[in-house]
Amino acid sequence: MRQDWFATLKESALTAAVAAALMLPLIGLYTSTKAGGLAIGTRWTELAIGVVLIFLGRFALLRIQNGDRLIPLIGGAIVMIVGFLLPLPNGLLTVCCIAGGAIVFLRCCLAWVTGNLGLEAEKQPIAARTQAFLKKYGLWLGLAVLVFAIIFPWLPFVDRRFIDLATLVLIYVMLGWGLNIVVGLAGLLDLGYVAFYAIGAYSFALLSSNYDMSFWACLPVAAMLAAFLGILLGFPVLRLRGDYLAIVTLGFGEMIRIILINWVDFTKGPDGISGIPKPTFFGLSFSRRPPEDTESFHQFFDLQYASVDRIIFLFYVVLGLALLTNAFILRIRKLPIGRAWEALREDEIACRSLGLNPTNIKLSAFALGAMFGGLAGAVFAARQSFISPESFTFIESAIILAIVVLGGMGSQVGVAIAAVLLIGLPEWFRELQEYRMLAFGALMVAIMVWRPRGLLSFREPTLRLHDDDSGLSR
Amino acid sequence: MEYFLQQLINGVTLGAIYGLIAIGYTMVYGIIGMINFAHGEIFMIGAFVALISFLILGVTGGIPIPLVLLIVLLIGMCLTAVYGWALERVAYRPLRGSPRLAALISAIGMSIVLQNYVQLSQGARVKTLQPVIEGGFKIMQSGNFTVVLSYMQIIIVIVTVSLMAAFWTIIAKTALGRAQRACEQDRTMASLLGIDVDKTISITFILGASLAAVAGMMVTLYYGVIDFYVGFLAGIKAFTAAVLGGIGSIPGAMLGGLLIGLIEAFWSGYFSIEYKDVAAFSILVLVLVFRPSGLLGRPEVEKV
Amino acid sequence: MTPSLLTVEHLSMRFGGLTAVDDLSFDAGDKQITAIIGPNGAGKTTVFNCLTGFYPPTVGRLLVTIDSEKFQLERMEGFRIAREARVARTFQNIRLFPQMSVLENLVVAQHNPLMKASLFSVAGLLGLPVYKTAEASAVEKARNWLDRIGLTSRADWDAGNLPYGDQRRLEIARAMCTDPVLLCLDEPAAGLNPRESAELNNLLLSIRDDDGIGVLLIEHDMSVVMGISDKIIVLDYGRKIADGNPETVRNDPTVIRAYLGDEETPVDSAYD
Repeated sequence: MRQDWFATLKESALTAAVAAALMLPLIGLYTSTKAGGLAIGTRWTELAIGVVLIFLGRFALLRIQNGDRLIPLIGGAIVMIVGFLLPLPNGLLTVCCIAGGAIVFLRCCLAWVTGNLGLEAEKQPIAARTQAFLKKYGLWLGLAVLVFAIIFPWLPFVDRRFIDLATLVLIYVMLGWGLNIVVGLAGLLDLGYVAFYAIGAYSFALLSSNYDMSFWACLPVAAMLAAFLGILLGFPVLRLRGDYLAIVTLGFGEMIRIILINWVDFTKGPDGISGIPKPTFFGLSFSRRPPEDTESFHQFFDLQYASVDRIIFLFYVVLGLALLTNAFILRIRKLPIGRAWEALREDEIACRSLGLNPTNIKLSAFALGAMFGGLAGAVFAARQSFISPESFTFIESAIILAIVVLGGMGSQVGVAIAAVLLIGLPEWFRELQEYRMLAFGALMVAIMVWRPRGLLSFREPTLRLHDDDSGLSR
Repeated sequence: MEYFLQQLINGVTLGAIYGLIAIGYTMVYGIIGMINFAHGEIFMIGAFVALISFLILGVTGGIPIPLVLLIVLLIGMCLTAVYGWALERVAYRPLRGSPRLAALISAIGMSIVLQNYVQLSQGARVKTLQPVIEGGFKIMQSGNFTVVLSYMQIIIVIVTVSLMAAFWTIIAKTALGRAQRACEQDRTMASLLGIDVDKTISITFILGASLAAVAGMMVTLYYGVIDFYVGFLAGIKAFTAAVLGGIGSIPGAMLGGLLIGLIEAFWSGYFSIEYKDVAAFSILVLVLVFRPSGLLGRPEVEKV
Repeated sequence: MTPSLLTVEHLSMRFGGLTAVDDLSFDAGDKQITAIIGPNGAGKTTVFNCLTGFYPPTVGRLLVTIDSEKFQLERMEGFRIAREARVARTFQNIRLFPQMSVLENLVVAQHNPLMKASLFSVAGLLGLPVYKTAEASAVEKARNWLDRIGLTSRADWDAGNLPYGDQRRLEIARAMCTDPVLLCLDEPAAGLNPRESAELNNLLLSIRDDDGIGVLLIEHDMSVVMGISDKIIVLDYGRKIADGNPETVRNDPTVIRAYLGDEETPVDSAYD
């Protein structure tokens, strides 16, 4: 036992030493702009607190691994309280203090619960149980979520900002489902998906501002243009595999963005396009005072004007499109083309030997994936009313890919959950604006380390010979 | 002609820097078969460490410049190497044997974390360093255009070439290099034969990170301007260079880096500076269409 | 005289300086099992890879004749060979779709007819009866094959979770689901125990007799080769050194020498 403590202490000290080396140049020291150039400043207190925190955290986690519950539990609670009460010199430290303490605290509680119930938290049974549960109640659960989504804007605690956020989450759900065709089903790693999103958004923005086309007329055009671009991109990269494909698609995404920035005559460059119209309800707009000779929604239905109507309507539009996307993908997955995508992911050589044409299969995956990206882009432009190349950076592609992989590749529900987690949660903690991206990145790493196969990673066969589970082996 | 020569000099300098970063990508790819997406961020951290070390030494004053350079180089390499090691330990090791995409996502997550960490700790503003080494040789003059080969450019090329030579020796001649190549071929077999795979992979990350640190220091000195975002574009360019040269091949990374540097320099010199990245990516696509495994990469044999 | 199902004329394949197959000519008949044997590295798999379009041959003509319609395989892309010339194959190291179910593996093999029936997904998306009947008959065909290879009860397993012997048989069934006229099997008995080997013999005989197609077989297991082949072709260093029925080949002195040097052991026990 004494040996044990000593080893733990040594390990924690080592970790703390590494952390000190890591933090010394960038946290211990900082540069600030002064009159004659840059000056250097020091933050030794911050450094010291950071190193101590890391020491404590590592120590606590190691103790938990060794079966100790009580000491880390109390320690975590104390650190958390200290974080709340003590005015630390830096906001980030406060956040780290509270979050670190909370993590240790919760980890202890978890260990306590699972340990005492005799369920050593093995991952396999949990996955199997989730699967069984979803199989049994999946339909009801889906219906419940659907009903919730439909009544969502009318719930008492839901305000304007919340609906707007839900719309954004739904856009990312669509993007995730679209990319899922390419990455999850066909197994083609695409790091430039944002290109199609951008094409969709810009098609709508440009068509509406130059030719006065309405949202509903632009929607299919945007989808078609994006799909066409998907095929265009698909051709040169058909022979490439894995990471070569990844870098070329990444380059393609960047190229589109650079063109959007520099082709000022056409795209208005970095300034972006503003004044993009909102979708109309069968030609009825949602403005308070519609232009001459037209009626607006509230006038037609003889309602009180409410500016939130427009946002609610957009939410329903996106919800409808997302449901359509979902139905389409669920259906096509069970068609020959869907199975061919998956077969291609599993083994391209075997596919060729069975007479499947890999070119067509890959291009169809690219085209359909791109199409949904384009749809989502058009909706995004309508939500924002303003778009600029800044919205279509590589990080967007990374986020969409993260949604797909975190959700569990190929799983529609998983993608939706991951979108809520990655887009909804960080937006919700807007108070922590500065630390949002930091937390976002950390969350990506943490989920992957915790569940490398994604949140919901099981696959239901598209066809079954037997109805019951007797034939299933896991 | 003079203009051409100047662009050539600039291109080679830029290419040397890309090459240094590209080696890190290619080595990691060779040994674990994965894109180390956070490598660009490691380069950025190297640049910041170099900047801060320069400022400290500058405040102290009185130390001759070559010594300052050497000290900064060593500090930068050591501290950045710790980042490389920690990156592998946190984001890659737990995911060994998991689907490749999982590691890719965790690397992208790490890259976001590092970028924001530096932004938060050092501020989002662009940092400008007073030039440490100024002047150069005037090689050629015609009219009012002078071709200049600056001392800084000479230093960059010399340091790069000697480091690459050192590297080449490590990979080709030492036991470590053999262990690395063994792990590349078959990790399980290597560990059965008594090679410490974890250690070998860690060392690979450390070596890659220290080269990136050198590149970071060079960029800090050469351009004198850095911010927390420099890692992204440099990383993508260097990765493009590694793929162009054939990923997994160290001479390929050097060649690819040089090519990307030259393409950029000439494109911005003769055509338009805005589209230089488009040019680099287009050439990459063209090369890959005709040689799917890059210029010097071993073609992947389809085993059936 | 009707031409053979498959005619190979002067096939050569060189990789750089290495000649893997050297001026090989042979035919394989309809409703016949033709075996290609030879020591390791004799170029057997290379012949298969040329036949199924994975390598374009350096020289030579590969002709498949179906009802007097001729297909020149050396000029066709791999997937067209499977689709139009109807040559199906299996692989030395099994290539199933491991994360798809057994049934799905068999249905993917019927991709082309199903794709047509779904009117390139339009009918399928709309759920038209045309597609539904086509899908039902595809499942029926798959079920029929599952019965023949004894895997009906495991139809919903992931193919990757099947035991080795079952995977081998599934791969053959999958190839058969493409409706081939010529089935090329690359070492189907490798890694099978004697009982499984015997089952494989019966399966191959039934494919020849009941389905009435040609089978081309690479195999080291002489109990399989000698037991079921109608014709044997022996390769050594890429050249054909003998062909004929099992009896002739078994006693051919060149064959014995190629396998064993000049030792006096019969061929049967050379490669078990």
